[in-house]
Order: sequence, then structure tokens, then C-alpha cells
Amino acid sequence: MLLEIRDINTYYGNIHALKGVSLHVDQGEIVAVIGGNGAGKTTLLNTISGVMHSRTGEILFKDQPISRLSPDKVVRVGISQVPERRQVFSTLNVLDNLLLGAYLRHGSVGKDQIRRDLDFVFEIFPILKGRQKQMGGTLSGGEQQMLAVGRGLMAKPELLLLDEPSLGLAPLLVREIFRVAGELREHGTTILLVEQNARAALHLADRGYVMETGEVVLEGRSEELLGDERVQEAYLGAVGS
Amino acid sequence: MQRLSRSRSARIASTVAAMLVLVAIILYLGHAKGFGPVQYVQLILDGIRGGSIYALIALGFVVVFNVTGIINFAQGGFVMSGAMLAVSFNQLALPIDPRMKLALAVIFGVVVTTIVGALVERLSIFPARHSPILTLIIITVGVFIFMQGIALLIWGADPYYLPAFTTLALEDHIIRIGGVMIKAQSIWIWATVAVVLVALAFFFERTLLGKALRACSINRRAAELMGINPSRMSLMAFAMAAALGAIGGIVLAPATRPMYDMGLRLGLKGFVAAIMGGMISSPGAVVGGVLLGVLENVGAGVTKAGFKDIFAFIILILILLFRPKGIIGGGERGVEE
Repeated sequence: MLLEIRDINTYYGNIHALKGVSLHVDQGEIVAVIGGNGAGKTTLLNTISGVMHSRTGEILFKDQPISRLSPDKVVRVGISQVPERRQVFSTLNVLDNLLLGAYLRHGSVGKDQIRRDLDFVFEIFPILKGRQKQMGGTLSGGEQQMLAVGRGLMAKPELLLLDEPSLGLAPLLVREIFRVAGELREHGTTILLVEQNARAALHLADRGYVMETGEVVLEGRSEELLGDERVQEAYLGAVGS
Repeated sequence: MQRLSRSRSARIASTVAAMLVLVAIILYLGHAKGFGPVQYVQLILDGIRGGSIYALIALGFVVVFNVTGIINFAQGGFVMSGAMLAVSFNQLALPIDPRMKLALAVIFGVVVTTIVGALVERLSIFPARHSPILTLIIITVGVFIFMQGIALLIWGADPYYLPAFTTLALEDHIIRIGGVMIKAQSIWIWATVAVVLVALAFFFERTLLGKALRACSINRRAAELMGINPSRMSLMAFAMAAALGAIGGIVLAPATRPMYDMGLRLGLKGFVAAIMGGMISSPGAVVGGVLLGVLENVGAGVTKAGFKDIFAFIILILILLFRPKGIIGGGERGVEE
């Protein structure tokens, strides 16, 4: 098991945002967490990333506890997050955005290694290559999402956390982003994906969890979830699916 | 879009109108005093000198504000600390060339103040980092008062002196061009400010650490997710601000009489300059500082020398009332909005 979350409870002030959530992600998998607004999906990712801390419960990454680590330590152990709404550095150019993704690796690995990782990102998102000198904020929504994913990849994570990568993108771009996610799995990157777009997410993922108001209410293989009546009704719009 | 551009042109028009009125008043008052072009050039040059110092101090405000959101009122304390430490070092009876000693004194003042800046962050801001910003700002006020108190204990209430960098004496060399007089120390001040600006530009544009600091000020959460540690960036911002303040205080010292309470006035002027620049923009802070220096010096020149400080605070009040985002505005966060 690459990531194991055991019964975590996270609070936003007095709001009980995650209620006894448990899930796991195996090496080489894509796991989707689906659910509506306010289901606690982003809180879940932020708790893994160390931006927020759970009051109780445990998070294990490669059998090591990481629930008490600060965000930079979490990046160091090999988990990087592509945050919701992309959050690229708007007044830094594309190249700098990507280089900052590898911030913690500049001291430990050689320039040529980082160069190779850059080339890899430009290979999967060729459009970024031509825009290296352009400010992050001037890119279109789809390009910003590609930049955000590329920036996350520059940390060379073993586990990539994707928060709503389809948000606000045209269907064609959504397909493109999900295609790349599938490609990353081939390259050995494990992905935990959080999505409102349940259909696209479950078609890509191996397994899925359904969250509602801070709790995991359903879990299973993607095909099972896609075929589940409750999921169809609540998230897939049963008619015509 | 069109409405935006119309309000923008209205803004520019009102700014230009205000400036014209200001210039007319100055010329009228100057005329009454029989000022010619030479006097104005002199006033402006001296104003730029003071303003360059304000610019350095303002840059310290901007760096800390951008990275942490804190308005660091201890900034004036760093200015004082730099100057007073350099003075003390220079008073030591060391068996070395006085020029060498002065150079070491300058380095001593900057380095020790930088350490003080780092300590201030670690001992007062870091333990309270989860508090609201206003609390942290008030902490910096407390730190300033504390620093000033310590300075009074160490140095007493007497004014000290640091020799001019060129002559190594109280009396500075004066360059005369036409009827205009320029102290050699002014050249030192301008050169220092120029070097500091180039160094800062290099740091923020070309180094990974500088870009990480910028990333932290553009989007703190995203920076955190890249593994950039905001608390370490905050430490660095305070250390940098302290160094900037100390440099300002030290190059200015030969042109004034440094004493324990010099930080208050200079710190507030630097704050006004930073506000003029919109608080988040480094170029804005520099322009704001120079503009403030010129305005207050010309203003004092055509009225009374004792009115000098009044102008800075009139400007502060006017800006906060009419243009709270600064008159130059537009930093990295501004672009994001």
C-alpha cells in the first residue's frame, strides 16, 4: 500500500470537515474520490499535504506516518498536490513556475536531471514549451491546468494529488487532461484524483470512493461504482447515461 | 472594459490636475522668496538624496509585507540599529587604517542588524504566527519601542557622528556645478541605492530563492504545496528588510547626527513611501520614496524648514483618503486580482 488513511477527523475551526475517513491507494493505481461541493474532498487532499492536520487518525505513506508533517516535508517524502483552481504563480513565467515545482530538488539532484524532467513535461504538454517565457496568469484556463499539473510533476512525486483538474474546462480539454493522467500511470506515477465530474473520473480510475458531507459513503471498483444505482442517480444523471 | 478605461483616464486626469495645482502653489511660494532655477534644482537634488534613503527603507516594508502580509513597524528600528552599530564600531580604537575601519564599521552595522532582523522574526513573529495579522503588526510596534529603549540604554540620548565616507571627517567634500552644491556623501548614497536596486533585481529575477520568495507573495498556499516553507521565507524577508534598513541608516548617518530615536521619523517616512507605491510594488516603493523626498524638501524650501515632516504626513493622509492602493500601484498581487 502506497498511501493508507486510517479514520481521520479534520476540523475547520468547529466544523467537523472529515468524519472518520479511511481510504488507501496502491502503487500504480489511479484512485478517484467523487462527491459534490462541500463533501470534504479538498480538505482530504489538504490533510494529506499537511496544509491542515487531522485531530485523530493516521496517514501512512509507504508505512511511515506523515500526519504530523509540514507541507514541505510531505513534498519531500514524495507527495505533490496540484491544487484546486490551478493556482499557478500568475506573475512568474511558465518556466519559473515549473522550476519552482522542483524547488526542493534543486540542491539534491543535478541540473541535467531537472532539465530532463522539464523536457518530460514539455513532451506531455507540448503547448507549454512554446510559452516558457509567458506569464502564468496570461495562459488560458486549460493551459494553466496543464502548467499546474506540470509543476506538480516537477517534484517527481510518487503520489500525485489532483484536485478538480476538470473544473471550468471545456470537455475537450477535460479529455486531454485525463488522457495525460492515464499516461502518467503508465510512467509509474500513482494518482489520487478528486473530482465533481464523476463520470470522467471513474472512467479513468481503477477504484473510487464517494464522499458526502465529510464521510466516505461508498467505495469500490470503478465499474461497480459506475453501475451503482445510487451513484448514477446522484452523480451521473441516470437518464441517458 | 470601456468603463474601466474611462475611470482610468479620469484618474490620470485628476492626478495631473492635482499635480499642476501643486506645482503652481510651489512656484507661487517660491516666487515670493525670490527662488530661481538654481534653488529649485538644489532643493530637488537634496530631496532625491533623502528620498533615496526612504526608498531603501520602503523596500524593507514591501519585502516583509509581500511575503507575510505584516506591516513591519520595527523597520525604523533596523535603520537606527544599523547607523548606531556602525558608529560604535567606528569609535573603537583599532590599530588599522581609518578607511578600513569605516568600511568594517559599515559591514558590522549591516551584518549585525540583519541578525537582529532574523532574531526579531524568530522571537516575536514566529511564536505568534497563527495570530491575526493585526496582532502581528502591533507586535512589530512593540518590537520597535523595545529596540528604541535598548538603544537609549546603550547609547544614551546624545547625537553621535559617523564621518563622511569621502573625507573621513565631519566636514564633507562639496562638489559645485553651476550654482548647485552636491555633498560627496550624496554620491555615496545614490551609488549605494543603485547597487542595492540592481542586486535586488538580480535576486528576485534570477535566483531560485528570490523566485521562491515571490511565489510565496503571489500565492502562499501554492508555494507551500511546492515545498516552499513560508516560515523560512518570512525569516528571510525580515532579515532582508533589516539589511535594507541598516544600509539606509548607515549611508545617511554622515549627513545627519545619528541618535537612538532616529528610527521613528525615518521608519514612518519609509512607510509613507511604501504606501505611495501601493505597498506591494518594489519599483513603486522606490518611486514613492524619491517622490516623497523631493516633495517634502521642495515643500519645506518654499515655506519653512521646520514644516518638512508635516508634508510627509499630509501626503500619507491624502493617499489613504483618496488612493489607498497607492499612486503608483500594481504589484504582483495587484496583477493577480
